[in-house]
Amino acid sequence: MQFAATHKAPHARTEQIILFRCSTQVFAISSASVQEVRSVDTLAGSPVEIEEPSLPKVRHMFRRGEQNLYVVNGAVHFGLRPSPASLIFLLRRSRTALLIDGIEKMTTMTRLQALPAAFCHEERVWYRGLTVLDQSVIPVVSPEGFLTTDELFLLDALVGRMGLPESTAVSEMGLGL
Amino acid sequence: MSMVEQFDARSCVLLRLGERRFALAAEQIAELVAPSRVFRFAHRTAEIDGVILRRGRVVPVCDVAERLTGKKLTSRRFYLVATQRRGATLDWVALPVSGECELITADLTPAGESDSPHVAAWLSHDGEVIEVLNLDALMPLPAALAQGGSPEAHA
Repeated sequence: MQFAATHKAPHARTEQIILFRCSTQVFAISSASVQEVRSVDTLAGSPVEIEEPSLPKVRHMFRRGEQNLYVVNGAVHFGLRPSPASLIFLLRRSRTALLIDGIEKMTTMTRLQALPAAFCHEERVWYRGLTVLDQSVIPVVSPEGFLTTDELFLLDALVGRMGLPESTAVSEMGLGL
Repeated sequence: MSMVEQFDARSCVLLRLGERRFALAAEQIAELVAPSRVFRFAHRTAEIDGVILRRGRVVPVCDVAERLTGKKLTSRRFYLVATQRRGATLDWVALPVSGECELITADLTPAGESDSPHVAAWLSHDGEVIEVLNLDALMPLPAALAQGGSPEAHA
């Protein structure tokens, strides 16, 4: 599934979002932040297993063009019980691919509420805010919140030490996750 | 000059957490509501249980009983929704309480240097000496906000 690069909202104050599931929880992400949705079995680019002990949420990377893309396990990132993932979001203008359990639906949010200030740890980086849909509160994730610049630097250094050949870039094969 | 220094007699709301009673300045109280559905999502702030929806607002539920009494509440009878001023914004927070709340007027004694940070003052009521809570000390400010930063602007 490929999303169009430009995104026109029907109304000035609305935003199209994708509700997705990681473990038992539902999150939202702006559809404008998602470039592609792929099944883990049909991901273009051969995944390479990597292991950085300080980043257990990243177990695979693959190359696209000149870039290394790192696959973040959504459940591990959010501290949830790991579950079988089936889809990957390739995030727009990002070197992060997000492993998720599934998509619930696409919908529109009309209001993004600030995360209350009482929340004062990593969740302030994870989320842009909260939205209310059908009388339920859904956290809206921040695409930049999955990997920090320092973490990307760490992963690039790891991949550099591994000396991966350029040929890892193309071929159609699964992640085997 | 603190509010406690400014006024001797003040309106306070007494709240019950298990076997103990505490007080909050009445002007910090927005409402007392029956327990409603708590929405939970992934986060790392241990003090926050989840959020409730009140009048379209998302209100964090912060169970302060364990911190104040050493025991978690076994039953939640009401949520006392309190307000906290953080810079230009007024935040709401829902405190689960285990019994009836009572509005009283009492003379306050300012907290001393040896008192815990969560004690704003003391009051005496029905032969009981009761801590008046300092919410700011119970719910620390996120570092980013304390330094003047803020997350994405929100509608």
